[in-house]
Amino acid sequence: MKLELEDVEDFARGAAFLGAGGGGDPYIGRLMLEQAMAQFGPVTFVDIEDIDDDALLVPAAMFGAPTVIVEKLPNGSEAEKALQALETFLGRKATAIMPAEIGGVNALLPVVLASRLGLPVVDCDGMGRAFPELQMVTFSIFGHSASPLAVTDEAGNTVLITARNDADAERLARHTVLAMGASAQICCYPMSGADVKVCGVRGTLTLAFEIGRTIRIARESHKDPFSDLLSYLERTEYYGKCKILADGRIIDVRRETRMGFAIGTVKIEQTGGGRITEVQFQNENLVARSDGQVKAIVPDLITVMDRETAEPITTEGLKFGQRVKVIGTSAPPILRTPEALKVVGPRCFGLDEDFSPIETL
Amino acid sequence: MRIGVDVGGTNTDAVLLNGKRIVSSTKAATTVDVTTGIVQAIREVLRKATLLPGDVKSVMIGTTHFTNAFVEGKRLLEVGIIRIAAPATLSLLPLIGWPKELGNAIGRHVYLVPGGYDYDGREIAAFDEAAVREAVLDIRRKGLRAVAITSVFSSVNADMETAAAAIVGELMPEAHVTLSHEIGRVGLLERENAAIMNAALSDLSSQVIKSFRKALSDLGVHAAFFISQNDGTLMAADVVERFPVLTIASGPTNSMRGAAFLTEKTDAIIVDIGGTTADVGALTNGFPRESSVAVNIGGVRTNFRMPDILAIGVGGGSIIREAGPENRRTSIGGRVTIGPDSVGYELTEKALVFGGTSLTLTDIAVAAGVISIGEPAKVAHLDKAFVADALEEMHCRLDDAIDRMKTSFESVPVILVGGGSALVKRALAGASEMVVPENAGVANAIGAAIAQVSGELDRVYNFDTCARDVALSDARDIAFARAREAGARDNIRVLDVEEVPLAYLPGGAVRIRVKVVGDLPVELGA
Repeated sequence: MKLELEDVEDFARGAAFLGAGGGGDPYIGRLMLEQAMAQFGPVTFVDIEDIDDDALLVPAAMFGAPTVIVEKLPNGSEAEKALQALETFLGRKATAIMPAEIGGVNALLPVVLASRLGLPVVDCDGMGRAFPELQMVTFSIFGHSASPLAVTDEAGNTVLITARNDADAERLARHTVLAMGASAQICCYPMSGADVKVCGVRGTLTLAFEIGRTIRIARESHKDPFSDLLSYLERTEYYGKCKILADGRIIDVRRETRMGFAIGTVKIEQTGGGRITEVQFQNENLVARSDGQVKAIVPDLITVMDRETAEPITTEGLKFGQRVKVIGTSAPPILRTPEALKVVGPRCFGLDEDFSPIETL
Repeated sequence: MRIGVDVGGTNTDAVLLNGKRIVSSTKAATTVDVTTGIVQAIREVLRKATLLPGDVKSVMIGTTHFTNAFVEGKRLLEVGIIRIAAPATLSLLPLIGWPKELGNAIGRHVYLVPGGYDYDGREIAAFDEAAVREAVLDIRRKGLRAVAITSVFSSVNADMETAAAAIVGELMPEAHVTLSHEIGRVGLLERENAAIMNAALSDLSSQVIKSFRKALSDLGVHAAFFISQNDGTLMAADVVERFPVLTIASGPTNSMRGAAFLTEKTDAIIVDIGGTTADVGALTNGFPRESSVAVNIGGVRTNFRMPDILAIGVGGGSIIREAGPENRRTSIGGRVTIGPDSVGYELTEKALVFGGTSLTLTDIAVAAGVISIGEPAKVAHLDKAFVADALEEMHCRLDDAIDRMKTSFESVPVILVGGGSALVKRALAGASEMVVPENAGVANAIGAAIAQVSGELDRVYNFDTCARDVALSDARDIAFARAREAGARDNIRVLDVEEVPLAYLPGGAVRIRVKVVGDLPVELGA
């Protein structure tokens, strides 16, 4: 499909849904994409099956502290320069761009880069949602290395990192970003078309757009956006097991910042009284429990949404008294394998619990 | 003695206060030019109190001049917009996201020059005096008279904004200059927007202040005068000339502060029911709770100090309809819908009880015997069950709004103010008590007359290089200095401290926000 200027808002809304409470507010990303598209034109999403096996595909992302990103806005050419550095190092040009993370602001940034360069974006990502750390991607689960990776700041300063493992790559990249003023862009996990055919989470860009569009159209025609959203998701290949986990109002929000993560819980009281649903989060929503019983758990997606408009609410935006519905959605099968659960399963977030698919809860 | 005036969409209210005692009050119609209505209201409270104008020591005015001008896009100056940030921020140019007409009214005179700071105070690029000089010369050549200057992290270091202002001062001594660090918080686009809005209003603000001065002196009032700003504190008139944008949306704040004054409560939910909307807000420590999200004004995103207000379309003039399939979702009971449209200031012509043809919430209240105005016979034909449903719907909508604005599970006092407060006939959900103060109808004017001023600081500190207690006391000192600069003399105290570590990164960078408030000198505040 071709993403046009007027589609950006829908795409951003869908990306916020897939952010599962995290991934950052897509507002800045949306504006950047609108400005880029107004200047450089629309972007084509290409199915991974239409990509040659030996093509070079490069994921791109924004990297930094959200508080800083909204003040020191990007120059716009960071990702381009990071990509160039990577291309020089690898001795070849990228065939297409892709997001590492379809949830939140990082769904939009690769599309900005693609628009500026006139390159297509592969309709694939490495999370099928949002996760807080660089190595929590299917690319890494399938043994691909995050490095060589390139980090570029607004002045065009670029640091190329080749690391022995992804933990080192992540640590070095984070300190580099801090030295760059806590806001930078990154190109990492360079892979071949054949690689991504195996490890990519497919169709997630079109999915984000369709989710955003479904919600908007339901609103415009005064229909219940939730029933339209669920019936759309049920028709998708990966996200079909979905349900409303809670419908009520927020009666408690607790949060603290620890080790650079926003950690906390939110409690929702069911309309009509009685049942309490508690959602625990660490940037993203991790687990939803109703009266103590697990109803959905990471890597399955848990998204808190405004009860009337179905606008996704990030964990920073949760407030006492909000009327919300909590939607649980199955994660793509690639994230539910034993190998994947070692990287993105409940225990990776300090939960003393094993993964149970939402359809069994 | 002091006078408080608050300008609303329908009425201009005024009160004369002697210490904490209300000497007289009045409601006059708001006039198209606003100023005439204000003068009429002041004249009226003085007449009622049989006082000499000379006894008035201070006048506090909450006005919609600047909000109206901005929302209507009228009487705005074109603005030379200088952003000191390159190579950062070029991906999002100034005025992005503005409504087209408003952007055109401001003109698109954008200058991006090198500079700005990182969160830790390091320069993004050196200040480029020649580039700024060239920009200012171009602004001068275009004949512009207002300039807005914004640099990245000017809250950490304002030197580059100040240096650019000096160049404007040298080349365009007559120009109005707005520096972003004096108005907004962290968040470049929102702060820049506020600076641009402020610069665009600068001509109007000089005119308005001048006309107020003249009007007061024509009335024989030779008092200090202040304008209320959106966080519920005051600015001296000469400060408003420089920062008109800070007065935008002061109306709901004034009502809430007035309600606090009348009931002597510091923590409560305030419900201000007017003709078109009910504004619901939370009072904490005697001040309106501030909104934590970006606020749109006339379609422009800003982040300055605004009260967190939930406005619902329930007022005395709201149109009542039977709920049908297309609008049932907006009805809680599922049988009746209220608003969001309203007959507004035409209530006394259009409502049934006044011989009109529109069924309004006022008509329902009359039919139910809750209030008695107009001709009750004209609503006698209304179905009793429908009237009861409509009245219950109104209460449910208010219950719901209160519940949304509460910050905790506990019941809180609910204070009703505004002309529509008489419509409420049962206790609202979640209220520990219901209070309808005397003079509830002019709570807004009373709120304007409460003589306090504030100071604020919002900055990122690095605890690795600056100990936490040193950072906190530095932040506090700056906020205190700003409150004193705004006119505070006594009882300056910290209202709020916020400490938020920067997420996702190692290191000790923490954003600190301190807000303090203090009293005006006693001779003005009494």
